Amino acid sequence: MEKEEEELFVPRLVTTEENFARGHRACIGCGEALAVRHVCKALGKNVIIVTATGCIEIISSLLPQTSWRVPWIHTLFENVAAVVSGIESAYKARVRKGKIPDKEVKFVGFAGDGATSDIGLQALSGAMERGHNFLYCCFDNEAYMNTGIQRSSSTPYGAWTTTAPVGKKSIGQATWKKNMPEIAVAHKIPYVATACPSYPFDLMDKVKKGAEIEGPAYIHIFSPCPTGWRYPTNLTIEMGRLAVEAGVFPLYEVINGEYRLSFDFPELKPVREYMKEQRRFRHLTDDIIEKIQARVEEEYFRLREKAGVK
Amino acid sequence: MKKGKVVGLEGSFAVAEAVRMANADVIAAYPITPQTHIVERLSELVADGELDAEFICVESEHTAMSACVGASAAGARVFTCTAGQGLELMHEVLYIPSSMRLPVVAVIANRALSAPLTVWCDHSDVMAIRDIGWIQMFAENNQQAFDLTLCAYRIAEDNEVLFPTMVHLDGFYLSHVIEDMVLPDEEDVTGFIPEYKYPFTLDPDKPVSMGCYGPPFIYPETKRAQEVAFENTRPKILGTWKEFGDTFGRYYSPVEKYKMEDAKIALLTMGSCSETAMLAIDEMREEGKDVGLIRLRLWRPFPFKEFRDAVKDIELLVVLDRCISFGMGGPVCSEVKSALYDKRERPNIVGFIGGLGGRDIPIEGFKSLIQRALEKVKAIERGEEIETEMIGIRE
Repeated sequence: MEKEEEELFVPRLVTTEENFARGHRACIGCGEALAVRHVCKALGKNVIIVTATGCIEIISSLLPQTSWRVPWIHTLFENVAAVVSGIESAYKARVRKGKIPDKEVKFVGFAGDGATSDIGLQALSGAMERGHNFLYCCFDNEAYMNTGIQRSSSTPYGAWTTTAPVGKKSIGQATWKKNMPEIAVAHKIPYVATACPSYPFDLMDKVKKGAEIEGPAYIHIFSPCPTGWRYPTNLTIEMGRLAVEAGVFPLYEVINGEYRLSFDFPELKPVREYMKEQRRFRHLTDDIIEKIQARVEEEYFRLREKAGVK
Repeated sequence: MKKGKVVGLEGSFAVAEAVRMANADVIAAYPITPQTHIVERLSELVADGELDAEFICVESEHTAMSACVGASAAGARVFTCTAGQGLELMHEVLYIPSSMRLPVVAVIANRALSAPLTVWCDHSDVMAIRDIGWIQMFAENNQQAFDLTLCAYRIAEDNEVLFPTMVHLDGFYLSHVIEDMVLPDEEDVTGFIPEYKYPFTLDPDKPVSMGCYGPPFIYPETKRAQEVAFENTRPKILGTWKEFGDTFGRYYSPVEKYKMEDAKIALLTMGSCSETAMLAIDEMREEGKDVGLIRLRLWRPFPFKEFRDAVKDIELLVVLDRCISFGMGGPVCSEVKSALYDKRERPNIVGFIGGLGGRDIPIEGFKSLIQRALEKVKAIERGEEIETEMIGIRE
């Protein structure tokens, strides 16, 4: 598409309104900041956002400036879902008591993979179990990037991190990535999805669904990180695409327990192709890559079965 | 003067009644002994429609306080309560509402800390959270627990205050004891506590960013602003207590004095044991001793002026701590000493630790404590070093 054509067509597909303002301090090529931008476009103005301590919080809210054009609050690392619970309950009570009009405000939590699958898991589980009406977006860049690339339970098997270093007796991360979306599904909440900023329309569609649905909604957003994964900053979109096409991070929805694949790849690209440009994987030997390949295929085809794809 | 009616109420129910009359919007709490009767009663009030609030039955105290922070930022009048270990689990979150100026109200049923596991009362939980930047006050009976909880809303939510406020009542001694108390009429309470309007609510029509990131070029200024604002709460606290007294007939002050008029020796206590201490003072007065009692009602901000005034004419101050700061003695005694250090004229100060983990201190205990203090003063005069003594310990 020529530039003129882009300027003609793109604004008709996506709003040009930016509620996550530019000028923030994210690294060049940050997949997470891009994902947040898309999510904010989909959410619009009628929203209150709670953010965990982490990359997004520190790049967007350095006093006395802010990137947030919607009401936004950050308090601590592990309590995003708890703070959302309080805000949603306050809104419900105040509307019921006639103190404010009901404008159908959306309540949304933003957190990284560490704040979601490690330290904030209990608060999230509690909020999902209690059934608050909120959307939770986990921006997964597969390690504690803000503090300097330490491993989380969301770091993939074999990846180098600063606390899962590669050494004579270590291949890097020695455990398999925690399946957070499945943990959300186990809470029997009405909406769970995975998304990636390399597929912006799919992502925004899911955010709108998650925000509209009554009850808890969880979206796990794969957010490539050139700084932590050690790939060239111009390859962020490609990294997301390769992860999806290799089956490493399948895109799907679970609506009231029903699985649906957003994109299906009967022939997966080899994981080696996804790993090739990332220096966090460069130490891996063929046998370990084969082990990862087998696991990815097994999980992908099991997911396909759940989604009823023959 | 507003009258009300005399009722027999458990301390926990008195607190719940205050929260009901204050018409709280959001309650977030996690059950822990000895606070349980407060949350149970509030759950009933909400279930029966007698209090129109969202009761968030959370999965931890960390979440309880986090939910209160969120609800308060969204403009709700909020309440939580906890005890002992629960207060410790909340610890990290406690700094948030005070730094972000959110008027959360919390009641603590004071409980000792593990290990060994205990559910009984002392002040170890409070002393671990001295520096959180909350307004903190102590109740000695159920009437005070009720009155101070009402006052906490009025103080915290004043737009010139906007600091979270905590009321301490001793676990079991008050939380589980039924006492006579005056319950004011609801419309009088409604008149005393105006409708809550937080000035910076999270609202899509007026977006604000809360809880931003403060590097070294701005962090110290934020803390300075917080300290200045916290100091400025003093006249508001006094004003609220004065107005409460004028309305309901019960007056409170930061430092409460009992039989101190001509006293040369003063005992200093906090919380429910103060009432036993009063009986000990009565007996000692009858025996002709010049003793009186000082109780710290306001713990934070520390009432320097009122405290210095209270002890200016005495020769000996005996401090009872229901907490031990390992390797340092009693925390209240340390603070009291530092509050008087720059005064040229100051009494001898002798500290004791007692009443740990629910161990009762009887009237005789207080009397012998004052006797022991007099002996220690003699030792000090002989130039000997004295150690903080733990009382009521079986050898």
